[in-house]
Amino acid sequence: MVERNTSSAVEASLTALAVSLRGVTKTYDNGVMALGPFDLAVRKGEFISLLGPSGCGKSTVLRLIAQLSAPSSGIVRVARHEGELQPGHGIGFVFQEPTLMPWASVRENVRLPLKLGGVAKAEGRARADAVLARVGLADFADAFPRELSGGMKMRVSLARALVTDPDILLMDEPFAALDEITRFRLNNDLLALWRALGKTVIFVTHSVFESVYLSQRVVVMTARPGRIQADIRIETVEPRGEEFRTSTAYGDYCRKVSGALAPSYSGQPLL
Amino acid sequence: MSARPEIVAKPRGAQRALRLVLPVIVFAAGLAAWELVVRLKEIPPYVLPAPSIIILTLIKDWQVLSQSLATTLLTTLEGFLAASIGGIALALLFNQSKWVEYSLFPYAIVLQVTPVIAIAPLLLIYLEQQTAVVVCAFIVAFFPVLSNTTLGLNSVDRNLAGLFQLYGASKPQTLRFLKLPAALPYILGGLRIAGGLSLIGAVVAEIAAGTAGAGSGLAYRIAESGYRLNIPRMFAALLLLSLAGIVIYGVLALVSHLVLRRWHESALGKEN
Repeated sequence: MVERNTSSAVEASLTALAVSLRGVTKTYDNGVMALGPFDLAVRKGEFISLLGPSGCGKSTVLRLIAQLSAPSSGIVRVARHEGELQPGHGIGFVFQEPTLMPWASVRENVRLPLKLGGVAKAEGRARADAVLARVGLADFADAFPRELSGGMKMRVSLARALVTDPDILLMDEPFAALDEITRFRLNNDLLALWRALGKTVIFVTHSVFESVYLSQRVVVMTARPGRIQADIRIETVEPRGEEFRTSTAYGDYCRKVSGALAPSYSGQPLL
Repeated sequence: MSARPEIVAKPRGAQRALRLVLPVIVFAAGLAAWELVVRLKEIPPYVLPAPSIIILTLIKDWQVLSQSLATTLLTTLEGFLAASIGGIALALLFNQSKWVEYSLFPYAIVLQVTPVIAIAPLLLIYLEQQTAVVVCAFIVAFFPVLSNTTLGLNSVDRNLAGLFQLYGASKPQTLRFLKLPAALPYILGGLRIAGGLSLIGAVVAEIAAGTAGAGSGLAYRIAESGYRLNIPRMFAALLLLSLAGIVIYGVLALVSHLVLRRWHESALGKEN
Protein backbone atom coordinates (compact mmCIF):
# COMPACT_ATOMS: atom_id res chain seq x y z
CA MET A 1 0.00 0.00 0.00
CA VAL A 2 2.72 2.41 1.03
CA GLU A 3 4.78 1.70 -2.02
CA ARG A 4 1.84 2.18 -4.31
CA ASN A 5 0.97 5.51 -2.75
CA THR A 6 4.45 6.91 -3.15
CA SER A 7 4.67 5.74 -6.72
CA SER A 8 1.37 7.38 -7.58
CA ALA A 9 2.59 10.55 -5.85
CA VAL A 10 5.64 10.52 -8.11
CA GLU A 11 3.41 10.00 -11.13
CA ALA A 12 1.21 12.86 -10.05
CA SER A 13 4.17 15.17 -9.94
CA LEU A 14 5.34 14.05 -13.35
CA THR A 15 2.10 14.27 -15.28
CA ALA A 16 -1.33 15.61 -14.55
CA LEU A 17 -3.93 13.20 -13.22
CA ALA A 18 -7.04 12.50 -15.22
CA VAL A 19 -8.88 10.84 -12.37
CA SER A 20 -8.19 10.49 -8.70
CA LEU A 21 -10.20 8.75 -6.01
CA ARG A 22 -9.22 9.11 -2.38
CA GLY A 23 -10.71 7.13 0.48
CA VAL A 24 -13.84 6.51 -1.53
CA THR A 25 -16.53 4.22 -0.14
CA LYS A 26 -19.95 3.37 -1.44
CA THR A 27 -22.71 1.87 0.65
CA TYR A 28 -26.01 1.16 -1.05
CA ASP A 29 -29.40 1.97 0.41
CA ASN A 30 -29.91 -1.67 1.37
CA GLY A 31 -26.82 -1.46 3.59
CA VAL A 32 -24.49 -3.42 1.32
CA MET A 33 -21.03 -1.93 1.34
CA ALA A 34 -19.91 -2.23 -2.25
CA LEU A 35 -16.65 -0.38 -2.22
CA GLY A 36 -13.78 0.77 -0.24
CA PRO A 37 -12.07 2.50 1.11
CA PHE A 38 -10.66 2.80 -2.39
CA ASP A 39 -7.76 4.90 -3.70
CA LEU A 40 -6.89 5.24 -7.36
CA ALA A 41 -4.88 7.70 -9.40
CA VAL A 42 -4.96 7.57 -13.19
CA ARG A 43 -2.59 9.65 -15.29
CA LYS A 44 -3.74 11.43 -18.40
CA GLY A 45 -3.47 9.17 -21.42
CA GLU A 46 -3.10 6.01 -19.35
CA PHE A 47 -4.87 2.74 -20.14
CA ILE A 48 -5.75 0.91 -16.96
CA SER A 49 -7.90 -2.12 -16.26
CA LEU A 50 -9.91 -2.81 -13.16
CA LEU A 51 -10.04 -6.54 -12.63
CA GLY A 52 -11.89 -8.44 -9.96
CA PRO A 53 -14.56 -10.98 -9.10
CA SER A 54 -18.23 -10.26 -9.88
CA GLY A 55 -19.81 -7.82 -7.48
CA CYS A 56 -16.51 -6.38 -6.28
CA GLY A 57 -17.55 -2.85 -7.13
CA LYS A 58 -15.69 -2.41 -10.43
CA SER A 59 -18.72 -0.95 -12.12
CA THR A 60 -19.40 1.16 -9.05
CA VAL A 61 -15.99 2.80 -9.49
CA LEU A 62 -16.88 3.73 -13.07
CA ARG A 63 -20.28 5.06 -12.08
CA LEU A 64 -18.63 7.18 -9.39
CA ILE A 65 -16.10 8.60 -11.86
CA ALA A 66 -18.90 9.33 -14.34
CA GLN A 67 -20.83 11.01 -11.54
CA LEU A 68 -23.76 8.70 -12.20
CA SER A 69 -23.74 8.04 -8.46
CA ALA A 70 -22.25 9.83 -5.49
CA PRO A 71 -19.71 8.32 -3.07
CA SER A 72 -20.83 7.66 0.51
CA SER A 73 -17.50 9.12 1.63
CA GLY A 74 -14.21 10.18 0.12
CA ILE A 75 -13.30 12.38 -2.83
CA VAL A 76 -13.67 11.73 -6.55
CA ARG A 77 -11.76 14.14 -8.78
CA VAL A 78 -12.01 14.22 -12.55
CA ALA A 79 -9.93 16.58 -14.70
CA ARG A 80 -12.05 19.08 -16.58
CA HIS A 81 -12.37 18.90 -20.30
CA GLU A 82 -11.43 21.96 -22.32
CA GLY A 83 -14.44 23.62 -23.86
CA GLU A 84 -16.88 21.29 -22.18
CA LEU A 85 -20.36 21.71 -23.62
CA GLN A 86 -22.08 20.27 -20.58
CA PRO A 87 -20.93 18.43 -17.50
CA GLY A 88 -20.04 14.92 -18.57
CA HIS A 89 -18.77 15.75 -22.02
CA GLY A 90 -15.25 15.09 -20.83
CA ILE A 91 -16.24 11.48 -20.22
CA GLY A 92 -17.32 8.79 -22.64
CA PHE A 93 -19.06 5.75 -21.17
CA VAL A 94 -19.35 2.36 -22.80
CA PHE A 95 -21.74 0.05 -21.00
CA GLN A 96 -21.69 -3.71 -20.72
CA GLU A 97 -24.61 -3.82 -23.14
CA PRO A 98 -24.49 -1.74 -26.32
CA THR A 99 -27.33 0.36 -24.82
CA LEU A 100 -28.50 1.75 -28.14
CA MET A 101 -31.86 3.34 -28.78
CA PRO A 102 -33.64 0.73 -30.92
CA TRP A 103 -35.89 3.34 -32.50
CA ALA A 104 -33.06 5.44 -33.90
CA SER A 105 -30.60 4.81 -36.73
CA VAL A 106 -26.94 4.20 -36.00
CA ARG A 107 -26.09 7.78 -36.95
CA GLU A 108 -28.75 9.21 -34.65
CA ASN A 109 -27.56 6.97 -31.83
CA VAL A 110 -24.02 8.24 -32.22
CA ARG A 111 -25.18 11.84 -32.55
CA LEU A 112 -27.18 11.68 -29.31
CA PRO A 113 -24.58 13.19 -26.94
CA LEU A 114 -24.11 16.10 -29.33
CA LYS A 115 -27.85 16.55 -29.74
CA LEU A 116 -28.25 16.69 -25.96
CA GLY A 117 -25.39 19.18 -25.83
CA GLY A 118 -27.12 21.47 -28.31
CA VAL A 119 -24.77 20.94 -31.27
CA ALA A 120 -26.44 21.86 -34.58
CA LYS A 121 -27.90 18.95 -36.52
CA ALA A 122 -25.66 19.24 -39.60
CA GLU A 123 -22.49 19.49 -37.55
CA GLY A 124 -23.60 16.67 -35.28
CA ARG A 125 -24.27 14.41 -38.24
CA ALA A 126 -20.90 15.19 -39.78
CA ARG A 127 -19.11 14.41 -36.52
CA ALA A 128 -21.14 11.23 -36.05
CA ASP A 129 -20.21 10.09 -39.56
CA ALA A 130 -16.55 10.87 -38.95
CA VAL A 131 -16.40 8.85 -35.75
CA LEU A 132 -18.37 6.00 -37.35
CA ALA A 133 -15.74 5.88 -40.07
CA ARG A 134 -13.11 5.63 -37.34
CA VAL A 135 -14.71 2.51 -35.86
CA GLY A 136 -15.21 1.02 -39.32
CA LEU A 137 -18.96 1.46 -39.60
CA ALA A 138 -19.18 4.22 -42.21
CA ASP A 139 -21.50 2.09 -44.36
CA PHE A 140 -23.95 1.39 -41.56
CA ALA A 141 -24.90 4.93 -40.54
CA ASP A 142 -28.47 4.50 -41.74
CA ALA A 143 -28.96 0.99 -40.37
CA PHE A 144 -30.98 0.29 -37.26
CA PRO A 145 -29.37 -1.36 -34.23
CA ARG A 146 -31.34 -4.60 -34.69
CA GLU A 147 -29.74 -5.06 -38.10
CA LEU A 148 -26.24 -5.19 -36.62
CA SER A 149 -24.25 -8.03 -35.05
CA GLY A 150 -23.22 -7.90 -31.40
CA GLY A 151 -19.71 -6.71 -32.25
CA MET A 152 -21.00 -3.99 -34.55
CA LYS A 153 -23.44 -2.76 -31.90
CA MET A 154 -20.53 -2.48 -29.49
CA ARG A 155 -18.62 -0.45 -32.09
CA VAL A 156 -21.58 1.91 -32.36
CA SER A 157 -21.57 2.23 -28.59
CA LEU A 158 -17.86 3.03 -28.71
CA ALA A 159 -18.41 5.58 -31.48
CA ARG A 160 -21.08 7.27 -29.39
CA ALA A 161 -18.70 7.46 -26.43
CA LEU A 162 -16.04 9.02 -28.66
CA VAL A 163 -18.23 11.52 -30.49
CA THR A 164 -17.88 14.28 -27.89
CA ASP A 165 -14.08 13.82 -28.09
CA PRO A 166 -13.82 13.08 -24.35
CA ASP A 167 -10.54 12.95 -22.47
CA ILE A 168 -11.58 9.93 -20.48
CA LEU A 169 -13.17 6.75 -21.75
CA LEU A 170 -14.88 4.54 -19.18
CA MET A 171 -15.61 1.01 -20.35
CA ASP A 172 -17.68 -1.37 -18.24
CA GLU A 173 -16.98 -4.93 -19.41
CA PRO A 174 -17.82 -3.83 -22.94
CA PHE A 175 -16.79 -7.03 -24.72
CA ALA A 176 -17.91 -9.57 -22.10
CA ALA A 177 -20.89 -10.77 -24.10
CA LEU A 178 -19.03 -11.20 -27.38
CA ASP A 179 -17.44 -14.30 -28.86
CA GLU A 180 -13.68 -14.61 -28.56
CA ILE A 181 -12.80 -13.85 -32.18
CA THR A 182 -14.89 -10.67 -32.19
CA ARG A 183 -13.44 -9.74 -28.83
CA PHE A 184 -9.83 -10.10 -30.04
CA ARG A 185 -10.59 -7.92 -33.04
CA LEU A 186 -12.23 -5.27 -30.91
CA ASN A 187 -9.32 -5.43 -28.45
CA ASN A 188 -6.90 -4.65 -31.28
CA ASP A 189 -9.13 -1.90 -32.65
CA LEU A 190 -9.46 -0.37 -29.20
CA LEU A 191 -5.69 -0.35 -28.75
CA ALA A 192 -5.28 1.29 -32.16
CA LEU A 193 -7.85 3.92 -31.24
CA TRP A 194 -6.18 4.55 -27.91
CA ARG A 195 -2.79 5.00 -29.61
CA ALA A 196 -4.28 7.32 -32.22
CA LEU A 197 -6.44 9.44 -29.92
CA GLY A 198 -4.45 9.42 -26.68
CA LYS A 199 -7.49 9.11 -24.41
CA THR A 200 -7.35 8.03 -20.81
CA VAL A 201 -9.07 4.63 -20.68
CA ILE A 202 -10.42 2.94 -17.58
CA PHE A 203 -11.48 -0.53 -18.59
CA VAL A 204 -13.43 -2.85 -16.33
CA THR A 205 -13.18 -6.55 -17.08
CA HIS A 206 -13.25 -9.93 -15.40
CA SER A 207 -10.90 -11.44 -17.93
CA VAL A 208 -7.27 -11.71 -16.85
CA PHE A 209 -6.12 -12.19 -20.45
CA GLU A 210 -7.98 -9.17 -21.72
CA SER A 211 -6.70 -6.92 -18.94
CA VAL A 212 -3.08 -7.90 -19.48
CA TYR A 213 -3.33 -7.59 -23.24
CA LEU A 214 -4.87 -4.14 -23.23
CA SER A 215 -3.60 -2.14 -20.34
CA GLN A 216 -0.52 -0.42 -19.06
CA ARG A 217 -1.67 -1.05 -15.52
CA VAL A 218 -3.91 -3.77 -14.12
CA VAL A 219 -5.57 -2.90 -10.84
CA VAL A 220 -6.75 -6.10 -9.16
CA MET A 221 -9.62 -5.68 -6.73
CA THR A 222 -10.73 -7.77 -3.77
CA ALA A 223 -14.18 -9.22 -3.29
CA ARG A 224 -16.86 -6.99 -1.77
CA PRO A 225 -16.25 -4.45 -0.39
CA GLY A 226 -13.86 -3.74 -3.27
CA ARG A 227 -10.38 -2.59 -2.39
CA ILE A 228 -7.11 -2.70 -4.27
CA GLN A 229 -5.40 -6.06 -3.98
CA ALA A 230 -2.56 -5.35 -6.41
CA ASP A 231 -1.49 -2.76 -8.92
CA ILE A 232 0.53 -4.42 -11.64
CA ARG A 233 2.30 -2.53 -14.40
CA ILE A 234 2.39 -4.30 -17.76
CA GLU A 235 5.53 -3.31 -19.63
CA THR A 236 6.19 -4.52 -23.13
CA VAL A 237 7.20 -3.35 -26.55
CA GLU A 238 4.61 -0.98 -27.99
CA PRO A 239 2.62 -1.09 -30.12
CA ARG A 240 1.18 -4.37 -28.91
CA GLY A 241 -0.21 -6.86 -31.35
CA GLU A 242 -0.85 -10.54 -31.83
CA GLU A 243 2.85 -11.36 -31.17
CA PHE A 244 2.44 -10.00 -27.61
CA ARG A 245 -0.61 -12.20 -27.08
CA THR A 246 1.48 -15.28 -27.83
CA SER A 247 4.68 -14.21 -26.06
CA THR A 248 6.07 -15.71 -22.84
CA ALA A 249 6.06 -12.26 -21.22
CA TYR A 250 2.30 -12.17 -21.75
CA GLY A 251 1.96 -15.59 -20.15
CA ASP A 252 4.07 -14.49 -17.19
CA TYR A 253 1.98 -11.37 -16.65
CA CYS A 254 -1.23 -13.39 -16.86
CA ARG A 255 0.13 -15.77 -14.24
CA LYS A 256 1.09 -12.88 -12.00
CA VAL A 257 -2.30 -11.20 -12.34
CA SER A 258 -4.14 -14.48 -11.79
CA GLY A 259 -2.06 -15.00 -8.66
CA ALA A 260 -3.06 -11.59 -7.36
CA LEU A 261 -6.67 -12.34 -8.15
CA ALA A 262 -6.71 -15.76 -6.43
CA PRO A 263 -7.14 -14.52 -2.81
CA SER A 264 -10.38 -12.84 -3.84
CA TYR A 265 -11.81 -16.19 -4.71
CA SER A 266 -10.47 -18.15 -1.75
CA GLY A 267 -13.15 -19.13 0.68
CA GLN A 268 -15.80 -18.66 -1.96
CA PRO A 269 -17.63 -21.75 -3.17
CA LEU A 270 -16.66 -22.46 -6.76
CA LEU A 271 -20.18 -22.80 -8.08
CA MET B 1 -30.38 -30.12 -48.92
CA SER B 2 -31.42 -27.47 -51.41
CA ALA B 3 -34.87 -28.99 -51.71
CA ARG B 4 -35.55 -28.80 -48.01
CA PRO B 5 -36.50 -25.14 -47.73
CA GLU B 6 -39.19 -25.68 -50.36
CA ILE B 7 -40.58 -28.64 -48.50
CA VAL B 8 -40.70 -26.54 -45.39
CA ALA B 9 -42.06 -23.53 -47.23
CA LYS B 10 -44.97 -25.31 -48.84
CA PRO B 11 -46.79 -26.43 -45.71
CA ARG B 12 -46.13 -23.00 -44.29
CA GLY B 13 -47.82 -21.28 -47.23
CA ALA B 14 -50.61 -23.83 -47.10
CA GLN B 15 -51.02 -23.25 -43.39
CA ARG B 16 -51.26 -19.54 -43.95
CA ALA B 17 -53.95 -20.03 -46.58
CA LEU B 18 -55.77 -22.37 -44.21
CA ARG B 19 -55.75 -19.73 -41.51
CA LEU B 20 -57.47 -17.36 -43.88
CA VAL B 21 -59.82 -19.82 -45.54
CA LEU B 22 -61.02 -21.77 -42.51
CA PRO B 23 -62.74 -18.91 -40.66
CA VAL B 24 -64.40 -17.88 -43.91
CA ILE B 25 -65.69 -21.41 -44.44
CA VAL B 26 -66.98 -21.56 -40.87
CA PHE B 27 -68.66 -18.21 -41.34
CA ALA B 28 -70.28 -19.26 -44.61
CA ALA B 29 -71.38 -22.58 -43.15
CA GLY B 30 -72.89 -20.83 -40.15
CA LEU B 31 -74.79 -18.41 -42.36
CA ALA B 32 -76.01 -21.23 -44.57
CA ALA B 33 -77.21 -23.26 -41.58
CA TRP B 34 -78.91 -20.17 -40.16
CA GLU B 35 -80.66 -19.46 -43.49
CA LEU B 36 -81.65 -23.09 -43.85
CA VAL B 37 -83.09 -23.44 -40.35
CA VAL B 38 -85.10 -20.23 -40.68
CA ARG B 39 -86.52 -21.31 -44.05
CA LEU B 40 -87.23 -24.94 -43.17
CA LYS B 41 -88.81 -24.15 -39.83
CA GLU B 42 -90.52 -21.10 -41.31
CA ILE B 43 -89.45 -18.94 -38.40
CA PRO B 44 -91.03 -15.49 -38.78
CA PRO B 45 -88.58 -12.55 -39.23
CA TYR B 46 -89.73 -10.88 -35.99
CA VAL B 47 -88.44 -13.91 -34.09
CA LEU B 48 -85.30 -14.61 -36.09
CA PRO B 49 -84.63 -13.04 -39.49
CA ALA B 50 -82.62 -14.99 -42.06
CA PRO B 51 -79.23 -13.55 -43.10
CA SER B 52 -80.64 -12.68 -46.52
CA ILE B 53 -83.37 -10.56 -44.93
CA ILE B 54 -80.80 -8.80 -42.73
CA ILE B 55 -78.76 -7.87 -45.80
CA LEU B 56 -81.90 -6.69 -47.61
CA THR B 57 -82.85 -4.59 -44.58
CA LEU B 58 -79.37 -3.15 -44.49
CA ILE B 59 -79.75 -2.03 -48.10
CA LYS B 60 -83.34 -0.87 -47.71
CA ASP B 61 -82.69 1.12 -44.50
CA TRP B 62 -79.25 2.29 -45.57
CA GLN B 63 -80.16 5.95 -45.39
CA VAL B 64 -81.27 5.77 -41.76
CA LEU B 65 -78.58 3.30 -40.72
CA SER B 66 -75.70 5.09 -42.42
CA GLN B 67 -76.64 8.32 -40.65
CA SER B 68 -76.72 6.48 -37.34
CA LEU B 69 -73.41 4.85 -38.15
CA ALA B 70 -71.87 8.26 -38.82
CA THR B 71 -73.22 9.56 -35.50
CA THR B 72 -71.84 6.61 -33.54
CA LEU B 73 -68.49 6.75 -35.30
CA LEU B 74 -68.18 10.47 -34.60
CA THR B 75 -68.95 9.89 -30.91
CA THR B 76 -66.43 7.04 -30.83
CA LEU B 77 -63.78 9.17 -32.50
CA GLU B 78 -64.33 12.06 -30.09
CA GLY B 79 -64.24 9.73 -27.10
CA PHE B 80 -61.15 8.02 -28.45
CA LEU B 81 -59.31 11.29 -29.04
CA ALA B 82 -60.25 12.55 -25.59
CA ALA B 83 -59.13 9.26 -24.02
CA SER B 84 -55.84 9.22 -25.95
CA ILE B 85 -54.92 12.80 -25.18
CA GLY B 86 -56.20 12.61 -21.60
CA GLY B 87 -54.62 9.24 -20.87
CA ILE B 88 -51.21 10.16 -22.30
CA ALA B 89 -51.23 13.61 -20.68
CA LEU B 90 -52.17 12.18 -17.29
CA ALA B 91 -49.49 9.49 -17.56
CA LEU B 92 -46.89 12.15 -18.39
CA LEU B 93 -48.03 14.15 -15.39
CA PHE B 94 -47.79 11.06 -13.17
CA ASN B 95 -44.33 10.40 -14.52
CA GLN B 96 -43.11 13.89 -13.71
CA SER B 97 -44.38 13.86 -10.16
CA LYS B 98 -44.82 10.92 -7.81
CA TRP B 99 -47.03 13.14 -5.61
CA VAL B 100 -49.54 13.64 -8.38
CA GLU B 101 -49.44 9.93 -9.23
CA TYR B 102 -50.05 8.79 -5.65
CA SER B 103 -52.82 11.38 -5.22
CA LEU B 104 -54.78 10.67 -8.39
CA PHE B 105 -54.10 7.09 -9.50
CA PRO B 106 -56.64 5.49 -7.12
CA TYR B 107 -59.37 7.68 -8.62
CA ALA B 108 -58.41 6.64 -12.11
CA ILE B 109 -58.93 3.05 -10.97
CA VAL B 110 -62.25 3.88 -9.32
CA LEU B 111 -63.41 5.46 -12.57
CA GLN B 112 -62.29 2.36 -14.45
CA VAL B 113 -63.95 -0.25 -12.23
CA THR B 114 -67.31 1.52 -11.88
CA PRO B 115 -69.51 0.14 -14.68
CA VAL B 116 -70.11 2.90 -17.20
CA ILE B 117 -73.69 1.77 -17.77
CA ALA B 118 -74.36 2.86 -14.18
CA ILE B 119 -72.70 6.23 -14.62
CA ALA B 120 -74.31 7.05 -17.95
CA PRO B 121 -77.78 8.01 -16.63
CA LEU B 122 -76.18 10.39 -14.13
CA LEU B 123 -74.04 12.00 -16.79
CA LEU B 124 -77.15 12.43 -18.94
CA ILE B 125 -78.75 14.40 -16.17
CA TYR B 126 -75.85 16.77 -15.68
CA LEU B 127 -74.48 17.10 -19.20
CA GLU B 128 -75.86 17.88 -22.59
CA GLN B 129 -76.64 14.63 -24.34
CA GLN B 130 -73.90 14.65 -26.98
CA THR B 131 -71.31 15.66 -24.38
CA ALA B 132 -72.49 12.96 -21.98
CA VAL B 133 -72.12 10.29 -24.66
CA VAL B 134 -68.58 11.39 -25.49
CA VAL B 135 -67.68 11.51 -21.79
CA CYS B 136 -68.90 7.91 -21.43
CA ALA B 137 -66.71 6.80 -24.32
CA PHE B 138 -63.82 8.68 -22.72
CA ILE B 139 -64.29 7.10 -19.29
CA VAL B 140 -64.29 3.58 -20.70
CA ALA B 141 -61.36 4.10 -23.03
CA PHE B 142 -58.91 6.28 -21.16
CA PHE B 143 -57.72 3.84 -18.52
CA PRO B 144 -55.87 1.42 -20.83
CA VAL B 145 -54.10 4.39 -22.41
CA LEU B 146 -53.17 5.75 -18.98
CA SER B 147 -51.93 2.47 -17.54
CA ASN B 148 -50.09 1.41 -20.68
CA THR B 149 -48.39 4.78 -21.09
CA THR B 150 -47.41 4.75 -17.42
CA LEU B 151 -45.96 1.27 -17.84
CA GLY B 152 -44.09 2.38 -20.97
CA LEU B 153 -42.64 5.48 -19.35
CA ASN B 154 -41.41 3.36 -16.46
CA SER B 155 -39.88 0.72 -18.74
CA VAL B 156 -37.00 2.85 -19.96
CA ASP B 157 -33.69 0.98 -20.18
CA ARG B 158 -31.73 1.83 -17.03
CA ASN B 159 -28.43 2.18 -18.83
CA LEU B 160 -29.94 4.48 -21.47
CA ALA B 161 -31.36 6.61 -18.68
CA GLY B 162 -27.87 6.69 -17.15
CA LEU B 163 -26.44 7.74 -20.51
CA PHE B 164 -28.88 10.65 -20.74
CA GLN B 165 -27.94 11.62 -17.19
CA LEU B 166 -24.24 11.42 -18.05
CA TYR B 167 -24.65 13.81 -20.95
CA GLY B 168 -26.62 16.23 -18.82
CA ALA B 169 -29.95 15.83 -20.63
CA SER B 170 -32.68 18.17 -19.39
CA LYS B 171 -36.07 16.80 -18.31
CA PRO B 172 -37.81 17.81 -21.54
CA GLN B 173 -34.97 16.27 -23.57
CA THR B 174 -35.16 13.02 -21.63
CA LEU B 175 -38.90 12.96 -22.14
CA ARG B 176 -38.78 13.68 -25.85
CA PHE B 177 -35.78 11.66 -26.93
CA LEU B 178 -35.90 8.78 -24.46
CA LYS B 179 -39.10 8.23 -22.52
CA LEU B 180 -41.67 8.86 -25.24
CA PRO B 181 -39.97 6.75 -27.92
CA ALA B 182 -39.39 3.96 -25.38
CA ALA B 183 -43.05 4.12 -24.34
CA LEU B 184 -44.37 4.28 -27.89
CA PRO B 185 -45.04 0.53 -28.32
CA TYR B 186 -46.93 0.51 -25.03
CA ILE B 187 -48.88 3.64 -25.92
CA LEU B 188 -49.89 2.15 -29.25
CA GLY B 189 -50.99 -1.03 -27.49
CA GLY B 190 -53.12 1.07 -25.16
CA LEU B 191 -54.63 2.97 -28.08
CA ARG B 192 -55.54 -0.29 -29.79
CA ILE B 193 -57.54 -1.36 -26.75
CA ALA B 194 -58.99 2.14 -26.34
CA GLY B 195 -60.33 2.14 -29.91
CA GLY B 196 -62.60 -0.82 -29.29
CA LEU B 197 -63.54 0.38 -25.81
CA SER B 198 -64.57 3.86 -26.94
CA LEU B 199 -67.01 2.22 -29.35
CA ILE B 200 -68.40 0.22 -26.44
CA GLY B 201 -68.61 3.37 -24.31
CA ALA B 202 -70.42 5.23 -27.07
CA VAL B 203 -72.92 2.38 -27.52
CA VAL B 204 -73.60 2.07 -23.80
CA ALA B 205 -74.21 5.80 -23.49
CA GLU B 206 -76.43 5.85 -26.56
CA ILE B 207 -78.58 3.09 -25.15
CA ALA B 208 -78.85 4.94 -21.85
CA ALA B 209 -79.66 8.14 -23.72
CA GLY B 210 -82.09 6.31 -25.97
CA THR B 211 -84.24 5.32 -23.05
CA ALA B 212 -84.13 8.96 -21.95
CA GLY B 213 -85.61 10.12 -25.24
CA ALA B 214 -83.58 11.65 -28.07
CA GLY B 215 -80.67 10.12 -30.00
CA SER B 216 -79.83 8.81 -33.40
CA GLY B 217 -76.76 6.56 -33.10
CA LEU B 218 -76.66 2.88 -34.04
CA ALA B 219 -77.25 1.73 -30.50
CA TYR B 220 -80.27 3.98 -30.31
CA ARG B 221 -81.50 2.36 -33.56
CA ILE B 222 -81.13 -1.05 -31.99
CA ALA B 223 -83.10 -0.03 -28.92
CA GLU B 224 -85.75 1.70 -31.01
CA SER B 225 -86.08 -1.25 -33.40
CA GLY B 226 -86.41 -3.51 -30.40
CA TYR B 227 -89.43 -1.56 -29.15
CA ARG B 228 -90.95 -1.72 -32.59
CA LEU B 229 -90.16 -5.42 -32.99
CA ASN B 230 -88.22 -4.57 -36.14
CA ILE B 231 -85.83 -7.43 -35.52
CA PRO B 232 -84.18 -7.46 -38.98
CA ARG B 233 -83.15 -3.83 -38.48
CA MET B 234 -81.76 -4.68 -35.04
CA PHE B 235 -79.57 -7.30 -36.65
CA ALA B 236 -78.55 -4.95 -39.46
CA ALA B 237 -77.50 -2.26 -36.96
CA LEU B 238 -75.65 -4.86 -34.90
CA LEU B 239 -73.82 -6.01 -38.03
CA LEU B 240 -72.73 -2.43 -38.72
CA LEU B 241 -71.50 -2.00 -35.14
CA SER B 242 -69.51 -5.20 -35.42
CA LEU B 243 -67.95 -4.10 -38.70
CA ALA B 244 -67.15 -0.68 -37.25
CA GLY B 245 -65.34 -2.35 -34.33
CA ILE B 246 -63.33 -4.56 -36.68
CA VAL B 247 -62.36 -1.61 -38.88
CA ILE B 248 -61.32 0.50 -35.87
CA TYR B 249 -59.16 -2.31 -34.56
CA GLY B 250 -57.67 -2.95 -37.99
CA VAL B 251 -56.82 0.70 -38.58
CA LEU B 252 -55.14 1.06 -35.18
CA ALA B 253 -53.23 -2.21 -35.62
CA LEU B 254 -52.05 -0.99 -39.02
CA VAL B 255 -50.94 2.37 -37.62
CA SER B 256 -49.09 0.59 -34.83
CA HIS B 257 -47.40 -1.72 -37.33
CA LEU B 258 -46.36 1.13 -39.62
CA VAL B 259 -44.94 3.20 -36.78
CA LEU B 260 -42.99 0.34 -35.20
CA ARG B 261 -42.02 -1.73 -38.20
CA ARG B 262 -38.47 -0.48 -38.45
CA TRP B 263 -37.42 -1.32 -34.93
CA HIS B 264 -39.85 -3.03 -32.58
CA GLU B 265 -39.96 -6.78 -32.10
CA SER B 266 -43.76 -6.90 -32.16
CA ALA B 267 -43.80 -5.50 -35.69
CA LEU B 268 -40.77 -7.47 -36.89
CA GLY B 269 -42.26 -10.85 -36.06
CA LYS B 270 -44.81 -10.52 -38.82
CA GLU B 271 -42.26 -9.78 -41.50
CA ASN B 272 -39.67 -12.43 -40.76
